[in-house]
Amino acid sequence: MAKKLHRRTTARVNRSRGGNIASLAFLLILCSFMLLPMVFVVSNAFKPLDELFIYPPKLLVNKPTLDNFASMMKLMSQSWVPFSRYLFNTVFLTAAGTLGHLVFASLAAYPLARHNFAGRNLIFGCIVLSLMFSSSVTQIPSYIIITKIGLLDSHLATLLPALQYSLGLYLIKQFMETIPDSVIEAARIDGASEWRIWAKIAMPMVKPAWLTLIILMIQQLWNAISPYTFSEELKTLPQALNQILSGGIARTGVSAAVSLFMLSVPFITFVVSQSQIIETMNSSGIKD
Amino acid sequence: MTRAEKPLMKRLKKDCVSYMMMAPYLTLFIVFTVIPVVYAIWLSFTSFNLFQPPRFLFLDNYRTLFLHDEVFLKAVRNTLVFAAITGPVSYAACFMLAWMITDFSRGPRAILTTIIYVPSISGAVFMIWSIMFSSDSYGYINTVLTRLGLLNDPVMWLEDTRYVLAVVIIVSLWLSLGTSFLSFIAGLQNVDRTLYEAGAVDGVTNRWQELWYITLPSMRPQLMFGAVMQITAAFGTGDVSARLAGLPSVDYAAHTIVNHITDYGYTRFEMGYASAIAVILFIMMVGSNKLVQRMLRKVGS
Repeated sequence: MAKKLHRRTTARVNRSRGGNIASLAFLLILCSFMLLPMVFVVSNAFKPLDELFIYPPKLLVNKPTLDNFASMMKLMSQSWVPFSRYLFNTVFLTAAGTLGHLVFASLAAYPLARHNFAGRNLIFGCIVLSLMFSSSVTQIPSYIIITKIGLLDSHLATLLPALQYSLGLYLIKQFMETIPDSVIEAARIDGASEWRIWAKIAMPMVKPAWLTLIILMIQQLWNAISPYTFSEELKTLPQALNQILSGGIARTGVSAAVSLFMLSVPFITFVVSQSQIIETMNSSGIKD
Repeated sequence: MTRAEKPLMKRLKKDCVSYMMMAPYLTLFIVFTVIPVVYAIWLSFTSFNLFQPPRFLFLDNYRTLFLHDEVFLKAVRNTLVFAAITGPVSYAACFMLAWMITDFSRGPRAILTTIIYVPSISGAVFMIWSIMFSSDSYGYINTVLTRLGLLNDPVMWLEDTRYVLAVVIIVSLWLSLGTSFLSFIAGLQNVDRTLYEAGAVDGVTNRWQELWYITLPSMRPQLMFGAVMQITAAFGTGDVSARLAGLPSVDYAAHTIVNHITDYGYTRFEMGYASAIAVILFIMMVGSNKLVQRMLRKVGS
């Protein structure tokens, strides 16, 4: 399956040279719009104090320094709760949420993709419908439900709702539909149980989809600021770092360093897994 | 193998396995998605402050919203303006960019994909825009515009009711090239290449004809998926506005429906009223999604 992506698209038909130049120009303009704020953040993170507050402001850094990262570490070490606590909370929530979501969603996706049971269309219809509204619609009742089942101010209040994130289930289900029937039938004839087929055949064949789910969850959870936790020792890294970010103009350089630090994890995950993610998205379409 | 061919007992056993495999996910889905939607609809007919039991009001919340809450009407207007611009523009941008970079070879394509996609996963990085649009001497955009001679006095981008919504729209567009963009790249790579050559023989002469008659119809499923992602995101906006322009923004000029839910739900604890706002948002989101799905079925025909 990975082979298909490596197929190159040279010598396109229906392309004029003028059109190619125009499209390149358009692409350059849009890419600079996308890139400019990133360049600004990166150079701000490395600017010494005098360059940060120079007038007129400069986009690029002149004499790069690691001062801002040093101040970031210093601010972190001064926090009331040991900073490692925030880091642990975020790493724990991201890891547990990602792993749990991957197992729960793929386990549910397998019968939805491969079995023909009563209620399948209804359940899948609800999943697709849930893609059509955001969590802001359900945040008030979710808050009340979480309070009523006694999860308020605990990690579970952040974790459990993340496990049922429907985009992940949807993507992995669409991907599982591309597994050839013959492979699964052959395993059934050999007497394998459905659980075994899920674990030994379906899951290994949808590895690109794992990575997609993993990066989607990392994006969600790594930057998550839970509205359901209040205790200082349950707070997450972005919550703690937001306090640095909200320091205003005086902390421009440190905020940029913090933003870069937070971006590194989703960025690296995406760069490493890009081709696998695009392979999963191949099957993302909604069929008529 | 169809259902009818199998013996009843075997079928029941097989269905049972299916339900067991779905049970963990479905339980959470029901608790954190299905019940909240139903619960929100019920709460929207009540007055509820979390401490006393809900008091049934029937349509009073909705009547107040539409007849007496001017801020809500402003939020609806802002959300509609926002969605009407960011929805189509981000959707078109996702598609056009994906379409253009598909013509590149592997290496440059991966780099371009990263440049375009990364803002959408960049978390708090978008706060850099508040420095770029800042109205004091650190404001990068004011400086550039003044130097180019386009401005005489610095503009208060985030404090002026005329500009603040526009700034929120620009920043949201920057953040919006996400999952749909990747889905489109994948869909485009998957279009059967022989169709293009066959099209060239059959009289397709330029990239636009090829796009309409061959490319778009071949990737209709991705187009529908992308539309869902962009529409839901466009109507669900709120965080960018609250973080850049504040909550409430100046004279509610960038106040969205989501901001209004936060305001009533978390600041004033009027859960019934906030739920009524959420129900209206739900109807707007699902309604526009269904409408666009219907339109997209006609692409290329």
